This record gives sequence, structure tokens and C-alpha cells, in this order.
Amino acid sequence: MDSGIFHTTYEKDMALRRTPAQKIRLVVFILFLLVFPFFANRYYLTLANQVAIAVIGAIGLNILTGYTGQISLGQGGFMAVGAYTAGILTARMGMPWWGSTIVACFVTAAVGAVFGIPSLRLKGLYLAIATLAAQEIILWVVTHWRALTGGVDALVVPNPVTLGIQINNDFNFYWVVWGIVGLVTIAAVNLFRTPYGRAFIAISDQDIAASVMGVDLFKYKLLAFAISSFLAGLAGALTAHYRNIVTWERFTIDVSVLYLAMIIIGGLGSITGSYMGAAFMTLLPAVLTNLGRAVKGFYPAIDSILPFIQQATFGLVIILFLVLEPEGLNKIWKNIKDYFRLWPFSY
Amino acid sequence: MDLFIQLTLTGLTNGAILALAALGFVLIFKASDVINFAQGEFLLIGAYVTFAMIAQFGLAWPLGMLLTLLIAVALGVIVERLVLRPMIGEPIISVIMVTIGLSSLLRAIVSSIWGNQPKAFPPFIPSNPVNVLGATVGEDRLWAIVIAIVMLGIFSVFFRRSREGIAMRAVADDQQAALSMGISVKKIFAWAWSIAAASAAVGGALVANIVGVGPELAGFGLRVFPVVILGGLDSIPGAVIGGVVIGLLEAYTGGYIGQGLNQVLPFIVLIVILMIRPYGLFGQEIIERV
Repeated sequence: MDSGIFHTTYEKDMALRRTPAQKIRLVVFILFLLVFPFFANRYYLTLANQVAIAVIGAIGLNILTGYTGQISLGQGGFMAVGAYTAGILTARMGMPWWGSTIVACFVTAAVGAVFGIPSLRLKGLYLAIATLAAQEIILWVVTHWRALTGGVDALVVPNPVTLGIQINNDFNFYWVVWGIVGLVTIAAVNLFRTPYGRAFIAISDQDIAASVMGVDLFKYKLLAFAISSFLAGLAGALTAHYRNIVTWERFTIDVSVLYLAMIIIGGLGSITGSYMGAAFMTLLPAVLTNLGRAVKGFYPAIDSILPFIQQATFGLVIILFLVLEPEGLNKIWKNIKDYFRLWPFSY
Repeated sequence: MDLFIQLTLTGLTNGAILALAALGFVLIFKASDVINFAQGEFLLIGAYVTFAMIAQFGLAWPLGMLLTLLIAVALGVIVERLVLRPMIGEPIISVIMVTIGLSSLLRAIVSSIWGNQPKAFPPFIPSNPVNVLGATVGEDRLWAIVIAIVMLGIFSVFFRRSREGIAMRAVADDQQAALSMGISVKKIFAWAWSIAAASAAVGGALVANIVGVGPELAGFGLRVFPVVILGGLDSIPGAVIGGVVIGLLEAYTGGYIGQGLNQVLPFIVLIVILMIRPYGLFGQEIIERV
């Protein structure tokens, strides 16, 4: 009978997966991902791909906001930088899709670091407002620099093809994008076992204390912005290649809010939470649409009010989570596990 | 020269409306340290409820306006009680996020009642063109400036003279000290939210009178940020002066330069101000250095 999980060696304490149950769950999850595309139809594959892109963006934002404690409302703008860079490089200069994606990541990281400069002087809500301004400025540049981005018109990106295989049909893209998600996840969880990740966490706990202990705030805050924007750019570039089209409407302030909602509902400072939040917020509108279709038979007016229901649910879910379970889905999952581990003495 | 006066008048009216929205924003921040991302939606609701009272129920406009204000006050109290009170003591990101969630919810409620199409507003303030120094401007725009000045006057008197106003300043200064002096902090928060909602409702009715009602009125919620950062997040005169400055800036850049630059310039100003003077022109210098 155990009353919790306690580690007796440093190796165990440092391990990413500490218990056999965790390892089994991971294997089951990976097996599910490997088998899923062979049984799913196109609709579910599209959803899975959307979730994957959202997971990349959410992990990126979580590194900045969850782990480093720098609130950012600019995620949508950074994704726009990634998407437009990738789109322009491929459409106008004929760069292969993977090349433009890599360049887009680095360009976005640089842009993110520039807009991260205010974080050296501001924190909390002032930083949130500064990143909000960054979002508005980036989107304005995107819609008004017609020569480069095509302005408000959609930018059409040619189909990504490698070795004669078209990458962006739902089935092929599934493997590409979930492969990238796997790499990003491994990089992210290991980041927080390195001095860099530890420094990020120290900054979010107490920035002054961190600086006294020798953490260079200037360097690490900009680095956090750069890494986070790198992943935002990756998510944006993948969207561009997957959709064949880049439009500014996909990267408005609403997107920034959506990603912030993902990591808050999933759990701040948790990679697992990023997965849960991204899946939850991506699937929620789809589930509502399907529910709407289901009740359409005896309530035909549902079509006209469905968008409002989706918007209201979005707001309501955020409010309810913050009021009832501020630590998000990850905490709920933990509570469920604890309940069964300690059963019958759980209270 | 005519263009200059025209633009100045347009800028002043827009600034007056921005200032009205910013007043409520500053009030909430002053009393409870909460950044209200739903301020634009308060404006939206004010505009639509006034629209419903006057155009749909056919009430005389003084009565309709009064009912709108009552509804706005009730909305403020409900929002404070149900959404913001559980957030006391939570980290800033949760507080920011909860008002964002609130804005999404309120916008959805408004559009499910009144739809997404912009509607013409039966003007209760006449919009006859008036000749001012050679430029023509709608009468309603001039009224907007007058009303903003009157509201500012009422707010200043309220904060200096009334019991609740002084209590609100005490709460803003130090919640614990205020509590120990027998001030109910909860009541003060409710006051702040209801006054904020009411002033936004007045702003909403004014905008609706000038440009009609539509869901894009909620955009004022974002345009308020440059105003309050310029003026100082906790300064009421700052909100008004910031509103006028940003309003004029938008009008001049829109009129002389164009290219949509007037949409982005306020945000560039915002970042510049944040970098050199984060507490704004009139705010208290208590911002933490990093």
C-alpha cells in the first residue's frame, strides 16, 4: 500500500517517465498514433493533423508563458511570420517545402526575439499588452506590405512534393506532422533538464532571485522568446504547406487568445498539458458542429446559431476552467490518477 | 486648413469616445488591478441595448438611456460577482484570460440576440451638419465631446467628494488598510465594475448614434490599450488626455498619410511609451523594474 510516488535515487528522480504505468501509457499512446491513420477516414485525419499543428504551437507558447512566465498575446502574429515566410520562399523562389519551413522557423525566432526585447523592462500585464501590440503590428505589416505578402489577398503555396510523393494529402501529412510533433516533444521535455530550461523555470519563479543566482535575464528571456517563436513559426509554416494557402485571417488576435486558452486549459508549465489543451480546444468546435448536425433533425434553426454557440462555449470553457480548476486538464488527470492509486483510502 | 480643422474635430470626437471607454477601463484597474479585456464588449452591449430600447421598444430616448444604464450597472455587478471575485489572488495570466473568456461569451450573447449584421441606429442626437471654423461636422459628434467632458467632470467630483469615490481610492491604494478602516472591498469592486459598464454603455450609445450598431464596435476594446498606456493605467485625467491624443493621431495620420497607417500607429506609440515610460504620462510610478 503506497501513499504516493517517492523516489529514492537521483536517476529515478531525473527520469522523464518514472513509473511503469507512465511507460505503458506512453507506449499505448504511440501505438494508437501509429495505428490511427489506417482506420480513420479523411475527416478524422484532418482533425488529427490540426491537433498536431496546435500541439506544436501550444508547446511553443507553454515554453514561454508556462515555464518562463512571460505572458504573450503575440502567438498568432508569430505564426503569421512563419506561414508567410514559408509561403513566400516556396511560392516565389521555388524553395522545397522542408527548406522553407526550416528558414521560416529561424526567421520567426529572430522576429520573436526582437519583440521580446520589451520583456527586459516589463513584466506581467505590461508585457501582455506589449505582445498584444506586437500582434497588431505584425498583422498590419502582413496586410499592408502588398509587394511582399500580397496584402489581404490569399497567398497560394504550391503542393509540397518530396521524391515524387505529395506530402500534403491528409494521410501523408499525418506522418510528417506527427513525426515533427515527436521531435518537438522530445526536445521540449529534455530542454527542461538542461541548464537553459532550469534557468527559464527560475525566471518564472522569481526573476530577481534568478538574476542574483547568476541567470542572465537578458539572455534567457530573449532565448525563451526565440525558442517559443521558433515553434510558432514551425506551426505556421506547416499550416501554410498543409493548406496550400496563407491568409491573414488565420493569424488574428483570436488565434493568440486560442493558444493562450489551450495552455491554460491544458496546464501551464506542462508538456502533457500542452497536448491535452491543444486537443481539447481543437476538437471542441468540431464536436459542437457534430452535435449541431445531430439535433438539426428536430431543431432546424441550429445552423444559424451554431457559430454563436461555439463562441459562447469557448468563452464559457475558459471562465469555468479558471474558476473551478485553474491548473487545467493536466491537474484533473493527476487527480484521477491519485484517486485510483490511493483507493480505497483516497480523500 | 479646412482639412486640418475637419480632422481635428473628427479626432476629438473619436478621442472623446475612446476616453469614455478608457475611463471604465482605468477605473477597474485602479480599484482592483484587473485589466479588463471585455471593455469593448461592454461598449457593444451598451450600444445594442440602447438600440433595442429606442428602435425596437420605441421608448423615448431619455427613458431608454436610463434603462440602458440600469442594465449596464446590473451587468457590471453580475460579472464582478460571478467571474472576477473567484479570481482574487490568482496570478495575472488567469485574470487576463478570464476577462478574455468573458469578452468572447458576451460577444456571442450579443450576436445571438441581434445577429451579426450592422444596423442603422435611430439617432436620438440629431446629426445635422454644423459649421465650425469653416469645417462641417455632425452635431452628434460635437455632443460626443460635450458628453465626454461632462462624464469626466462627474468622475472627478465622484472621486474627490463622494464617500464611495474616496473609499475606492483607498482600496486602490491598499486593500488591507482599506479593509481595516471598515471599507467593504467587495462592495467597492462591484461599484467599480458597474460604473465601468455604465460609462462604456454611454460610449457605446454615442458611437452607435454616429456610425450605427454592429459587432465591430467591440474593436474599441483593443483600441483602448494605447490610450490607457499613454495616459497611465491608473489615471483618470490620463485616460481622457490619452484618448484625445490617440484620437487626433489617428485622424491626422488617416487624413494626411493614409495607407491604413492610422490603425497601427497607436500600437507603435504603445510600445514606445512602454519602453521609455511604462507608467504613462500621468500614472503612478510604481511599476516594477525587471
